[in-house]
Amino acid sequence: MRGGTPSEAGLFAAAPALTMLAMLGPVAAGLAGTLLPAFGYLPAAGISGFSLAPFVDLFDWPGLGQAMRLSVTTGLFATALALAGVTLLFAGWSGTRAFRALERLLSPLLSVPHAAMAFGLAFLIAPSGWIARGLSPWATGWERPPDILIVQDSLGITMTLGLVAKEMPFLLLMGLAAMGQSDAARRMRVVQAAGYGRVTGWLKAVFPSIYAQIRLPVYVVLAYSMSVVDVALILGPSTPSPLSVQIVRWMSDPDLSMRLVASAGALLQLGLVIGALALWRAGEALVAVLGRRWVMRGGRGRAADRLFRPLGVFAGSFSAAVILGGLACLAVWSFAGFWGFPDALPQGFTAQNWMRHGPSAWEATGITALVALIATGIALLLSVGCLEAEYRRGRAISPTGLWLVYLPLLVPQIAFLPGLQTLLLILGYGAGTGPVIIGHLVFVLPYVFLSLGDTWRAWDPRAGIVARALGASPLGVLLRVRLPMLTRPLLTAAAVGIAVSVGQYLPTLLIGGGRVSTLTTEAVALASGGDRRAIGVFGVAQTLAVMVPFAGALLIPAVLWRNRRGMHG
Amino acid sequence: MTHISSALPFALAAALALPAAAQEIDPADWDAVSDAADGQTVYWHAWGGDTATNDFIAWVGEQVDAEYGVTLEHVKLSDTGDAVTRVLSEKQAGQDEDGAVDLIWINGPNFASMKEAELLFGPFAEELPNWQYVDVEGKTVQTDFTVPTDGLEAPWAMAQVVFMYDTADMEGPLASSEAILEWASANPGRFTYPQPPDFLGSTFLKQTLIELTDDNDTLATPVEEADFQEVTAPLWDYLDALTPNLWRQGRAYPASGPAQIQLLADNEIDLAVSFSPNEASRNIAQNQLPDTIRTFVLEDGTLGNASFVAIPYNSGSKAGAMVVANYLMSPEAQARAQDPEVLGYNTVLAMDKLSEEQRAAFDALDLGIATLSPEELGTVQPEPHPSWMTRITEEWIERYGVVQ
Repeated sequence: MRGGTPSEAGLFAAAPALTMLAMLGPVAAGLAGTLLPAFGYLPAAGISGFSLAPFVDLFDWPGLGQAMRLSVTTGLFATALALAGVTLLFAGWSGTRAFRALERLLSPLLSVPHAAMAFGLAFLIAPSGWIARGLSPWATGWERPPDILIVQDSLGITMTLGLVAKEMPFLLLMGLAAMGQSDAARRMRVVQAAGYGRVTGWLKAVFPSIYAQIRLPVYVVLAYSMSVVDVALILGPSTPSPLSVQIVRWMSDPDLSMRLVASAGALLQLGLVIGALALWRAGEALVAVLGRRWVMRGGRGRAADRLFRPLGVFAGSFSAAVILGGLACLAVWSFAGFWGFPDALPQGFTAQNWMRHGPSAWEATGITALVALIATGIALLLSVGCLEAEYRRGRAISPTGLWLVYLPLLVPQIAFLPGLQTLLLILGYGAGTGPVIIGHLVFVLPYVFLSLGDTWRAWDPRAGIVARALGASPLGVLLRVRLPMLTRPLLTAAAVGIAVSVGQYLPTLLIGGGRVSTLTTEAVALASGGDRRAIGVFGVAQTLAVMVPFAGALLIPAVLWRNRRGMHG
Repeated sequence: MTHISSALPFALAAALALPAAAQEIDPADWDAVSDAADGQTVYWHAWGGDTATNDFIAWVGEQVDAEYGVTLEHVKLSDTGDAVTRVLSEKQAGQDEDGAVDLIWINGPNFASMKEAELLFGPFAEELPNWQYVDVEGKTVQTDFTVPTDGLEAPWAMAQVVFMYDTADMEGPLASSEAILEWASANPGRFTYPQPPDFLGSTFLKQTLIELTDDNDTLATPVEEADFQEVTAPLWDYLDALTPNLWRQGRAYPASGPAQIQLLADNEIDLAVSFSPNEASRNIAQNQLPDTIRTFVLEDGTLGNASFVAIPYNSGSKAGAMVVANYLMSPEAQARAQDPEVLGYNTVLAMDKLSEEQRAAFDALDLGIATLSPEELGTVQPEPHPSWMTRITEEWIERYGVVQ
């Protein structure tokens, strides 16, 4: 009943293997390239005796405890807060006009590159930042900026809040894709008919099915927040820095033997991420037990709406305000002449910054788009192939398979990229756009697969059975029923893939040998200098370049299905 | 190999087909070098955090393209170490030809480590035609942090420590490290320096150490040969007193020199360190600093050195890279680099070796309101051995870099 023609079936059967190879081959090689130096083997630096010395050196570093703590706390808090914010937004407001407004506002903000957001935020809230300038001296009495540690605070609070603001749109978009497959509207009608408050009813009846679908993205947010480098560099403390930043420093130390310590640190970072994920998993189980009891008690929780609905809209607005405020900062700086404290606006506006940096930004945009489109195209093909193979075999991907998909996202980039680079060199792919696309695919593929997979599996197979009964071939069901019905998640996955590709810094730099200049590599290079005008130009260009796909993911289904009400999840 | 669709067999074939002879270019045979350079693409890995430098490199690219047919691509690094990492990985993978890096703007410790690991091509620098103009006697162009360059790197700019201060907020130059401490104690939160291991931050530490110790001969030898704790004790005492009075009480530091300049522009600090005597004037001209900023040097002189470019052993465009290195030392490029409207780096050339016409371009430069004259810049203190920078930076990180 399910199989197609033999050759076609073979094609789909091969997809999972191909996908695994594309994702895991590089990671495995990269990890070997990390493991060996972590235990003292790095022939290129003339070091080849196996030992535990790198770990001894690592644990001798006086900042290690604090750096580990920062990695764990910022990661866990950022993930929990972002998830809570998005959940409250859904619970209190989904289906309302306010929700659609916030959805339209937040979804494109996912594409704002992390570094651009971090810069905007840093300038917004610094003691000499835009908010302080707006209030000085008339309200604060400050003729000069006060000496207060806000950005780069020692607890990493600013960094955590920046990550929360940045990850909320991601979880929101994942949640939206899941909503289409969760029958939320009817569930809500039932609970509301039973007299439940909006927030309580949503949490009890809809949240479990949504969370089951966005669990993977949540893990990704956790792993990412724990090992992020660019945001930590800009917003995080520096005395000491979070572990990931320190690993990057060791990695680029002129003393080549420091790469051994970096490799040991990378393994430690990997261990921390795994530990935090296990902790989160345990938390899930606890919430499930408590949640079931809570559901069984049957409280209608009508009073809760008064507290939690405003909180939900506050969370959504916070994210939008931080990112949009940051973007406005970048935009203003990109046109700024001299701008001293406490002027609320620059002394003059000038197109000079754009004239100066515009041409190179435009050139980088072309390369960025080329890499992103090809990598995302391949990733979509492979992902659809895998998911269809899975469907035809009649069993979903095994838990082990799922963890394998995670791997490229859970292993800190810095841990396996240098090893990956070595692999590409041995194969003869020295540098250039082709290898960079392969490198990006490693990260784009899991994101595309993860963002597509749950909604793909949640598709109601009865539509396929009906089509088969009407005489459609398995391939016909895929092409004429399933893919069209899943237009929205497919486009969402493509947009995520493009955004992931555009945001890649280390893979582009290391695998491209620096010969491939994308908007992100240019922007991060500028970031180390802190020329806000140039950062403004590149931040704005980067944001514009990746917003288009997200606009498409929202607009195309709306246009395509304007006369198909059932297609609007 | 930069093909978008390069398949494995092609890549291997290309690697095998590379004639070994093309790699063995003789730097002394300049005609052969410039012939071989025509049509080559040179990937220059240089710190990309300074937009004025980026613009200058782009200009150099236009010139060498017009004159020699060399295409120059600036690979903008956030850390020079990335280029070293790259060359090292290539060596690890056995890619000894046509590596990704053709030219590196390299600093002292990176040079010392690449030289020791034999990752550099050369000697070539002293064979280049424009070497004849270089001020070999007056400037430290043949040693880099006391390590002999042996022609493995070519100088292209002179750097010297100066302090930038805001005349709107503080009076007059400060004469010594002690005076800086005194001023900082009276004006807490108004001074900082880039966080070591940032190059400029470490340079500030060395500058202060040189000020506080009388034993400069010891600093010229490797740190292993000296009593590190004893020699550096005055520096740590000094920093212990200074740190609580720094910006954010030393709980945070700017990440780099330009980030520190941004703090000066935001009026968060009044005093900052610079490794380029013309940087203040240039930033004023480019709207990045208020025009009340001026510079000073310490009474006993300040640290100075040269900036160099080097060519990795596995560059596939060595001829092109030598053409660029040579062009950087040309009177034309040097005069442009010294123009504070453009870059404001001091020249590595000796004025008395230039023709009158060539000198005229330098004489015509307006150095800008915040730039000291060569006389005012005073004595240039020599760099300590690179091992000192490494050890001081490590010690700083232990003492102040992980305080929380």
